[in-house]
Amino acid sequence: MKAAVVSFPGSNCDDDLIWALETVCHQAATKVLASATTLDGFDLVLLPGGFSYGDYLRSGAIAKFAPIMAAVRDFAAAGGYVIGICNGFQILTEAGLLPGALQANTSLEFRCAQAPLVVANAETAFSNAYADGATITLPIAHGEGNYYADPATLAALEANHQVVFRYADNPNGSLNDIAGIVNAQGNVLGMMPHPERAVEALLGGTDGLGVFDSLMAATKGEPHVQHA
Amino acid sequence: MYKAEIDVSYKPSVLDPKAAVIQNTLQRLGQTNVQSVVVGKHFVLTLTAADQAAAEAQVDAICDQMLANVNMESYRYTVQAVTA
Repeated sequence: MKAAVVSFPGSNCDDDLIWALETVCHQAATKVLASATTLDGFDLVLLPGGFSYGDYLRSGAIAKFAPIMAAVRDFAAAGGYVIGICNGFQILTEAGLLPGALQANTSLEFRCAQAPLVVANAETAFSNAYADGATITLPIAHGEGNYYADPATLAALEANHQVVFRYADNPNGSLNDIAGIVNAQGNVLGMMPHPERAVEALLGGTDGLGVFDSLMAATKGEPHVQHA
Repeated sequence: MYKAEIDVSYKPSVLDPKAAVIQNTLQRLGQTNVQSVVVGKHFVLTLTAADQAAAEAQVDAICDQMLANVNMESYRYTVQAVTA
């Protein structure tokens, strides 16, 4: 698997993702600057967490106009796997690659915690290494993770089984406890929790490995180990 | 030259946590007759344009493209001719 990790000015989880992909999962991972204009040759594109462009205007609102985003749109339109984590999820919704929006947590507090999640759909390219309905624990760290979509959009997400992860104990006010969703085609995932921060026991858990194992299976067609 | 004043705020159907906190605090301060609070963003742009209609069309496009997230926000604006 050849992964591109997009680095925007203000991204701060790009190196964590490269560590998880290279050091832990032994995959090729390349940092691609937001000023780049091509993603040719990659199997997977990741938009990392952080505070791209200082979160000015709205989280992700400026990043969606970065030069690389035209290539991300083309990559996604061609069926390539795209995953946005935390700020990456915010960027994907702002860019219209995922429905809905992420607004301030109902507590108005930045939440930094270990969040128990339920795997709501284990049949996606991003979650096939988990058991359906399994409870996993991933770190969250965000002030604006409160998922909102209008009622029609929310109903469509549920009808199409596009909710991949739900909070077991909703930390931010997200509708339907949504922690992560895929697009209708199933090749673009956005999630607020950080799987890349849960890939080694030293970090406090390995429940995030399932996301990377799932993608390795999806991109190579190899059998995979089931977690949780 | 035209001056555009733009207000962006959450749609009424979207619970705005910041507005809710402000309203709750106002209640606590004894301002119990305050029925609702809307928090928004205010933008002032000056731009050149061929005429009023062109300026308004451009401002509308800018709101859709960038200043508002139409998934959860609505916007309104005024555009008026000003001397440079």
